[in-house]
Amino acid sequence: MKNSTQLTEEQITKDLLPQKFGKFGMIWVGVLVTICLVGLYAYYRQIRYGLGVTAMRDYVSWGIYISNFVFFVAISLVGSLITAIFRLSNVKWSTPLTRIAEIIAVSAIVFASIIIIVDMGRPERFTNLFVYGRLQSPIMWDVIVIGTYFFISILLLYFPLLPDLQILIKNKDNSGKRLNWLYRFQGSFWKGTPEQHKICNKAINTLSILIIPVAFTIHTVTSWLFATTYRPGWDSTNFGAYFISGAFLVGSGGVIVAMYIFHKFYHLEKYITELHFDRMGRIVVMLSFLYLYFNVNEYLVPAFKMKKSEELHLKELFTGDFSTMFWFAIIVGMLIPIITLLFKKGRKPLPMFIIGCMIVVGAWFKRYLIVTPTLLHPFLPMQDIPANFRQYFPTWEEWAITSASLAGALLVITFFVRIYPIIPIYETITEQLESENHDA
Amino acid sequence: MKVNNKTSRRDFLASSLLAGAALAGCSKPHDFVPEQAVALTGEKVKLLSVDGEVIEIDKAYLKPVPNMPTVTNEEERRGIPGKKFVMVIDLSRCKNLKKCQSACDKAHMINPGQNWLKIYPMQDAEHTAPYWQPTNCMHCDEPPCVKVCPVDATFKRQDGIVLIDNERCIGCRFCMAACPYSSRIFNWSGQDIPADVASKPYSCETSLPPKMGTVSKCDFCPDMYRKGELPHCVQACPNGVFMYGDMNTDIVSNGAETFRFSELIKEKAGYRLMEDMGTKPSVYYLPPVNRNFPFENGLENQTADDKQNDHKM
Repeated sequence: MKNSTQLTEEQITKDLLPQKFGKFGMIWVGVLVTICLVGLYAYYRQIRYGLGVTAMRDYVSWGIYISNFVFFVAISLVGSLITAIFRLSNVKWSTPLTRIAEIIAVSAIVFASIIIIVDMGRPERFTNLFVYGRLQSPIMWDVIVIGTYFFISILLLYFPLLPDLQILIKNKDNSGKRLNWLYRFQGSFWKGTPEQHKICNKAINTLSILIIPVAFTIHTVTSWLFATTYRPGWDSTNFGAYFISGAFLVGSGGVIVAMYIFHKFYHLEKYITELHFDRMGRIVVMLSFLYLYFNVNEYLVPAFKMKKSEELHLKELFTGDFSTMFWFAIIVGMLIPIITLLFKKGRKPLPMFIIGCMIVVGAWFKRYLIVTPTLLHPFLPMQDIPANFRQYFPTWEEWAITSASLAGALLVITFFVRIYPIIPIYETITEQLESENHDA
Repeated sequence: MKVNNKTSRRDFLASSLLAGAALAGCSKPHDFVPEQAVALTGEKVKLLSVDGEVIEIDKAYLKPVPNMPTVTNEEERRGIPGKKFVMVIDLSRCKNLKKCQSACDKAHMINPGQNWLKIYPMQDAEHTAPYWQPTNCMHCDEPPCVKVCPVDATFKRQDGIVLIDNERCIGCRFCMAACPYSSRIFNWSGQDIPADVASKPYSCETSLPPKMGTVSKCDFCPDMYRKGELPHCVQACPNGVFMYGDMNTDIVSNGAETFRFSELIKEKAGYRLMEDMGTKPSVYYLPPVNRNFPFENGLENQTADDKQNDHKM
């Protein structure tokens, strides 16, 4: 890394040690906590009065909780992309981004699990999944692979953290008593011996290999929650690949947003450089093209045939009630990013940040479009139901709970950044030494 | 007609147990002093006493059992041995009276506005004739809902019936998404249930008492069958649209008429809904030919809201 060659070890350590919340940080945490509390109250109401407080009814039996779940699972896939795929293909520039990607993965997968319990009519019977679980149900597959992915992701977050914990313990003046206790509890066994490094590297390599099939599986299985049914818009053999390509895109969008925030507000410009934005921009172009390709497959092929069951569904998406959202997701979530990021100027930090936000927002609505319109177009026409069963617009409780889950995920990331160095200190130092030796 | 013309083993056991209990300690009928004086009918029945003796008592001493002893969850999950329940719906007889629907809603305490049984105004194409199509759970032999249930809360029994165990359902609603017939409904907010029903343990066969946060659907009324009665919808329909019975004995009945199932399907060219899904329903339809009523007769029963949406079709 050219522009960091002049940095000394002390300087790097000083720059990258976790920083206390400033005024802005306090406000940020306060806002997130408030959103979470409102969501908790809404969930209390949902427990008390049943899922009837949501706008879901017999036809639209899955709403924004499920689309939000799909969104979380999708965004969590980026952990495997940046940590594992880049690591195994020897991409060196991604080092400062690995921990960002991995904490996004962990917090997203935690909140994916939480939101799926929120969606259950009988959350207190959650344990039935283990007592009476049946392997033939795609939900069981999801439970198994999400659990596995969570543990591998936690380990992939933890192992590279060990050398940094040693640095944190050394610099104990930087943090309070309780944090130092936490660091010692988590990492005091790490002495940094060559033997320990060898074991640690081996473990990380093994996990990097393991996490790729698991990551592919979690999102494929999530897509199968839909694709194993008969419904128009879901009955597709394309779904696994379609979901995975979309997941890498939204995850990269999320990483770009986080990169910009750390670059700008945590003053890590020396570590998350324009080079990183440029490289991520190129990757996003490729991923947007890939996702667009699967979208073309997903919509144009059935639209060419216009089977009776698909017809109403597709028309509602292309020109009907959902068309604004549909074209928003396609144009804002894919086309504009492709066009902007093809240009070098578009890959500068600020435009990248805006594009990252567009991708994430577009992706959230895309998940909504995958879940809800299909349920409004059943095979047999809607019949013998009250008028409010014919449409779906989420109630305040649903918005509050969904917002709370998103705020919760951000809160986990925020606290992680407060406690641990978001850019790996040890690896940054080592890579710097390597490049210096290389230069010499 | 009673579908079940033989007294079931359960019936026999239950009544003899009861009589046995009443007679406990008496070896001879003339020693028997009933708690309440009853007028003798003169009609004698033979029973097996607890001592193993065959005894003869007057029929008047037998107390009727208003409700059969509850079937265990295990039995409910297994189903009634030797049976394969089917339903035949004759579309030429339906005029959207909705008596079936109200009887079903009432018997199963379904929340207002929701129904297990829906009557669809169907028109397959622009120039084809419209008809009324009552649709309940198809009790598929390859049920997509059962495949996706993660906890075995919805299950297929050996007698062909698909039921829901609402003491186990976690309310994930995957089964609702999986069912192509939209026959499942969800208990979104609970409801007021009379205390006598609410206090009973949940039965998969009666689907009572309803449980908030769980899925329900047409249960094919195996509880009615055990009592020797036809399902509520079948009994309620004055036009004999629904025929219910057992494929193994090859008999279906709407109460007034009884048919050989195989002959009925053969003669009237019976068919099932959405064969291409591979779900293999247990509900058969007879096509709407030689109709008893013109389609228009049913329109008066359509709600304003339904009419408005039918128009859009």
